[in-house]
Amino acid sequence: MPIRRSETLPIAAEMDIVKVRQTVRAWAIACKFSLVEQTKLVTAASELARNALEHGGGGKATLEELDDGARRGLRIAFEDQGKGIADIAQALKDGYTTGGGMGHGLGGSKRLVDDFAIVSAPGKGTRVTIGRWR
Amino acid sequence: MMERIPILRIGRLLLVSIQVDMHDRLAMTLQDDLTAQIAATGARGVLIDISALEIVDSFIGRMLANISGMARVLDAETVLTGMQPAVAITLVELGLALPGIRTALNVERGMALLQSMVAARGDGLVAEEGEGDADPAQ
Repeated sequence: MPIRRSETLPIAAEMDIVKVRQTVRAWAIACKFSLVEQTKLVTAASELARNALEHGGGGKATLEELDDGARRGLRIAFEDQGKGIADIAQALKDGYTTGGGMGHGLGGSKRLVDDFAIVSAPGKGTRVTIGRWR
Repeated sequence: MMERIPILRIGRLLLVSIQVDMHDRLAMTLQDDLTAQIAATGARGVLIDISALEIVDSFIGRMLANISGMARVLDAETVLTGMQPAVAITLVELGLALPGIRTALNVERGMALLQSMVAARGDGLVAEEGEGDADPAQ
């Protein structure tokens, strides 16, 4: 699939979560997403960037603007080199948390986007990819 | 520089308007400052306006729920006002319905709701003569 542009942002400190939110917002506006779509994408990105920082010890977010000829979309991959997730199905359940959050981050983010993929194994880090089309 | 969200005091009401994209520590600082102010001033009501907030994720949602719960324990009512429709839609889909938090469409309605909640306890939002109005909140 043709990638029109891409950008990688570090996730190493709390302010980087804000930077990810702001960058995703700017890209979502450029892709002409509606306000509700922008808000869902930015919120999902905020959850996943925080996960990468808190559970993964930091990592990076890679944004890609896609164009498959018929439609445009935004894909964002969040990668960390942390301890990974042993039971992905359990981690996606609402209310499940190993951190200080409310346990809605991962499963909730999935509901906010069109595409959601997660690759993780204990000791191998985690990569969560989300996508939204318009 | 130590960033802070300002807390305004009007009688026995504390008013907060969140105007910036908060990073997590700033949200935690607000939670701490607000609970300290409720205790220090004997405030009866807290109004938090989030009309300028473009997202509320689970962290900020938890902070708002915490403030409301802590205020309740400190004998004060909390009303959240001005949530943007896109934020409300996203929050509910995320799985956060913010149970236990009273909300109002705007500051005006929020003030009216707070007045009635505080009045229902036989109290007022306006400080009585010579009581609690000597030391303004920072």
